Amino acid sequence: MYRTVLFAALANLLALAPVASAANLNVVASFSIIADLAKNVGGNRVEITTIVGPDGDAHVYEPRPADAVSMGKADVILVNGLGFEGFLSRLVASSATTAPVVEVSRGVAPLNLSDEPAGHAHPEVEAEHGSAFDPHAWQAIANAEIYVKNIADAFCAADKAGCATYTANSTVYLAKLQALDSDVKTAVAAIAPEKRVIITSHDAFGYFENAYGLQFLAPEGMSTESEASAADVARLADQVKREKASAIFIENITDERLVRQIAAETGLTVGGTLYSDALSTADGPAATYIDMVRHNIETIKTAVQGS
Amino acid sequence: MYDLLIAPFADYAFMQRALIGSMLLALSSGPVGVFLMLRRMSLTGDAMSHALLPGAAIGFLLYGLKIVPMTIGGLIAGLLVALLAGAVSRFTVQREDASMAAFYLISLALGVLLVSWRGSSVDLMHVLFGTVLALDGAALTLIGTICVITLSLLALFWRGLVAECLDPLFFRSVSRMGTLAHFVFLGLVVLNLVAGFQALGTLLSVGLMMLPAAAARFWLNRVGPMCALACGIGMLSCAAGMLLSYHASLPSGPAIILSAGGIYLLSMLAGPRGMLSSLLPASRHRTA
Repeated sequence: MYRTVLFAALANLLALAPVASAANLNVVASFSIIADLAKNVGGNRVEITTIVGPDGDAHVYEPRPADAVSMGKADVILVNGLGFEGFLSRLVASSATTAPVVEVSRGVAPLNLSDEPAGHAHPEVEAEHGSAFDPHAWQAIANAEIYVKNIADAFCAADKAGCATYTANSTVYLAKLQALDSDVKTAVAAIAPEKRVIITSHDAFGYFENAYGLQFLAPEGMSTESEASAADVARLADQVKREKASAIFIENITDERLVRQIAAETGLTVGGTLYSDALSTADGPAATYIDMVRHNIETIKTAVQGS
Repeated sequence: MYDLLIAPFADYAFMQRALIGSMLLALSSGPVGVFLMLRRMSLTGDAMSHALLPGAAIGFLLYGLKIVPMTIGGLIAGLLVALLAGAVSRFTVQREDASMAAFYLISLALGVLLVSWRGSSVDLMHVLFGTVLALDGAALTLIGTICVITLSLLALFWRGLVAECLDPLFFRSVSRMGTLAHFVFLGLVVLNLVAGFQALGTLLSVGLMMLPAAAARFWLNRVGPMCALACGIGMLSCAAGMLLSYHASLPSGPAIILSAGGIYLLSMLAGPRGMLSSLLPASRHRTA
């Protein structure tokens, strides 16, 4: 473990060293999912630096000087927007970067926090991030397609010579996403309607819920920062019993103890790990966006059918 | 009345576990808090709670969010800081408050460094703030064991601890037990903070140690009854805090500590050694 940590740290240092790469475009992506989408659009023409890496929690990330350095060198900065990256505005200001900051969620129909069936109203989120929207838009594949289009536009604007490549790459990738979308719909259709209630640790799946008709409940709110109260946990336990939730999952980025407690309270078994706000490391089950969605829907399907 | 006070605990297993866990913690750390206060070391608990961080962080880095490695790590780091600070104060000219401050700050910085090293996955906040709602069987066993150890050691070293509180120099001159008692006591402080770390997190577990003790001081003079009262106040705060968290939808840890804080403020005003009685000449006359 130590050794991997050390290697990761070294790899970070190397990645930040000003290497004379063949890439035409230096891109900074705020977190791992956007980095993966950008990789698919940019191919070899772009060099991508990710700020919040695999299994990292962007809700509460504390930037380091190295992040400001890579932002300063960037040609394009890709962020999710919708108040997801709380650390972002400070970092952009402190890096004094001249690169365009592109919100890849632009054009997505955002979900209101209060519209969430299971979500709690979080006035403090609004105050803190200046946004009252659920930021986890990438959980609906249709939105990921919008992300990809926005990324391709941003790359074309910054690197006109490569525009044809970016457009071709994104067309190929969009086709894959559409196939993925129909696979997910098929998988959800195979789950009996009365078994479509599922528990996770924080409200990250609102868009998934909206797009595919599974219902997700969670003890923590939209951001992992909030702490659950006894009333929240009790309400959730009641809801689970009343609505007969069929599976409970932990997420890769959050503390699993509370979810395990709810599992014990309600007699559900923990069905596995869902990847919500970050990809896994390269050797994990969700190293790319497509793998992540496939892993999540497979995990859900297996757990629900086992119940 | 039943709905208000009993039903939340009767209906939900997690509420029962949270109540039992936090009450055991109050029972165990109340007397420790009283001795800390009587030795004018009230802020030592706070310092020690920060000192646990690097040990817990190493446990976390190596094994993830598991209770045993994080506890053992925290225990080792805390004891190390306590021993070093105690040794410096006993064998050099520097007093314990200065050496304690130095070592806990070093330890804290090391801890923050280690936690941030791995990136922000399940970040520092979850280490600094535990969740009393997420106590499982293993955590309860740990807290129970620590409670038993603490109470037996306190009983064993009772006379030495009381003597050291009242007149440490005299005690040291008549008995060689002074140094031993001192280190055993510091060990108990660390042990109780480690226990609280699971339930309330490093920052708030000090609250359950110091607030009931400080509140009990306004009511009683003798050490034994004061310890008992501190335990009682602590346990009452746990029950009140959990109910508050349940009915008013507040985070549980802060609710417990604020309940203890409320009892402290009340004691400060109304207790026989509190503010009001010292302002009233009649009562002062009667106690004199």
